[in-house]
Amino acid sequence: MLIDRFKNEVEDILSRYPVKRSALLPLLNLAQREEGFVSESAMKEIAKVLGLTPAQVFETVTFYTMFNLKPIGKFHLQVCKSLMCALVGSDEVVVWIQKKLGIAQGQTTADNLFTLSVVECLGSCGTGPMMQVNDDYYEQLSEEKVGRVLDDLKRDGTCSLKTGPFMYPQPLAK
Amino acid sequence: MATYEKILLKNMEQPGYTGSLADYEGTGGYRALRTVLRDMQPDQVIEVVKKSGLRGRGGAGFPTGVKWGFIPKNHPGPKYLCCNADESEPGTFKDRQLMERDPHQMLEGMAITCFAIGAQTAYIYIRGEFRLGAKILEQALQEAYAAGYLGNNILGSGLTINIYVHLGAGAYICGEETALLESLEGKRGMPRFKPPFPATHGLYQNPTVVNNVETMANIPHIINRGGEWYASIGSPPKSCGTRVFCLSGHVKRPGNYETPMGITFRELIYDLGGGMRSDKPLKAFIPGGASAPFLTPDHLDVKMDFESVALAGSMLGSGGVTVMEEGTNMVWAALRLMEFFYHESCGKCTPCREGTSWLVQTLQRIWNKRGRPEDVGVLDELCGNIPGRTVCAFGDAAVSPIVSTLLHWRGEYEALIREAQETMPRNKEIPVFTP
Repeated sequence: MLIDRFKNEVEDILSRYPVKRSALLPLLNLAQREEGFVSESAMKEIAKVLGLTPAQVFETVTFYTMFNLKPIGKFHLQVCKSLMCALVGSDEVVVWIQKKLGIAQGQTTADNLFTLSVVECLGSCGTGPMMQVNDDYYEQLSEEKVGRVLDDLKRDGTCSLKTGPFMYPQPLAK
Repeated sequence: MATYEKILLKNMEQPGYTGSLADYEGTGGYRALRTVLRDMQPDQVIEVVKKSGLRGRGGAGFPTGVKWGFIPKNHPGPKYLCCNADESEPGTFKDRQLMERDPHQMLEGMAITCFAIGAQTAYIYIRGEFRLGAKILEQALQEAYAAGYLGNNILGSGLTINIYVHLGAGAYICGEETALLESLEGKRGMPRFKPPFPATHGLYQNPTVVNNVETMANIPHIINRGGEWYASIGSPPKSCGTRVFCLSGHVKRPGNYETPMGITFRELIYDLGGGMRSDKPLKAFIPGGASAPFLTPDHLDVKMDFESVALAGSMLGSGGVTVMEEGTNMVWAALRLMEFFYHESCGKCTPCREGTSWLVQTLQRIWNKRGRPEDVGVLDELCGNIPGRTVCAFGDAAVSPIVSTLLHWRGEYEALIREAQETMPRNKEIPVFTP
């Protein structure tokens, strides 16, 4: 059981709010972090902990785009397609990924490693085109950079090209 | 090129500055909180902020001190502060930098705000995608608790202030303050009817202040250097202080630039941003995030303050400036933004829910050269029937890309429709849009 496995974390989350239902999004985030998606059993468990009906949990889950209701690949590639990224070539990024991995938008590779999504603005407009892979941002993408990110992720499970604490433009060296 | 004193980005631009508590204290950090707790009454803090002329940096530009003043003094239950870190307005990426590079600056501002409004609990509602920002804030909170700036009996004052990070899960509308509160209560993030306003009926129906990250980051500086000092910067009396403007699109040097309010768009785009990235001239720009109507090269000398941009027919909004070069099709640009608004409409109000869907379908039809002569009229009519007929300002924002592009570049719509009439096979069914 998810809730039992993370008893301390769940208790810490619950202690932050005077009203239990407020813990819903944090608990759903926890469930997705552990399972890769929000399963029906997780929703039922969370409903029980918070004193809600499963329907109340489900209606909330479906409102938020970040919750996956079905299992996805190990790495969720989310390419921003909003205007600011589109101006600097985000449509090409989608094509590069499709070409390299052979999957269309919404599909997962046969080895279950990559799922490709095209999403709306991720707050990275000055450093586009960009994509988010799981928790990390990769910005100012070129075809070569996208290739390296995908290769590194496949081989090592991580990639050093991800963005650290954000500052752009970098101040000029004095 | 003129140079300006930076306030919010000053620390982080120092070489080697990491944003840790030690670094922040080294630049005078948490001095304002000490001053406030030692020498000031809550009312005095509110007065200083009122005097500073600080207006909300999230987009609406409501005077911050006035907002705080609406919190009832004699409320028997708890009061809350929510810091709006849901930064989702396309074109805006300043809060991300403020949180990830100098987290204590906003935390100190939040602690001072809690003192001013009498709140013991504050939440940072951060958009779900900003995992790194949330992690950095959690670390900064741990440091601040350990140093006694937060928690029980902060700095020996007897006051309790707790701040928690709350991650969203991908919904633009949760940046609207009442939708944010609904989401924080664990519900679908749908805006509430107003009035009552959050100042009296906010989180859990208790008095609540919702302030943007950049607004919070300004507070320690206003306390340290005084309301008069802040009010002397920028374009007083209505637009005081600096803004962190976010520059994106077809420019040489996009990014975050902090300047006093009241510089011109020309200065931001050509001096700071280095001008257009190729030799194509500027065709259009959005002056304040996706919700702000498009402007033209004729508006380059408009001053970047709340009033001047409003007079030019747009709004300064969140400070996100997006530049488009000659050759960018304005129907395509409007369609891209419209797809965003269609995706993000929460679905509560019919005019917005249905209207954004119709607008996307009509625009796709025109862009795909399947437009009909009456389609421009359809757009006009739809855009006239959404604003003012919804619970929140989303409806007004959603039509602005179309209204403004129709105003300035109507010919591009008509050209695509003419082309459609000439090339479209007769009697062929018009493809139906599937989201």
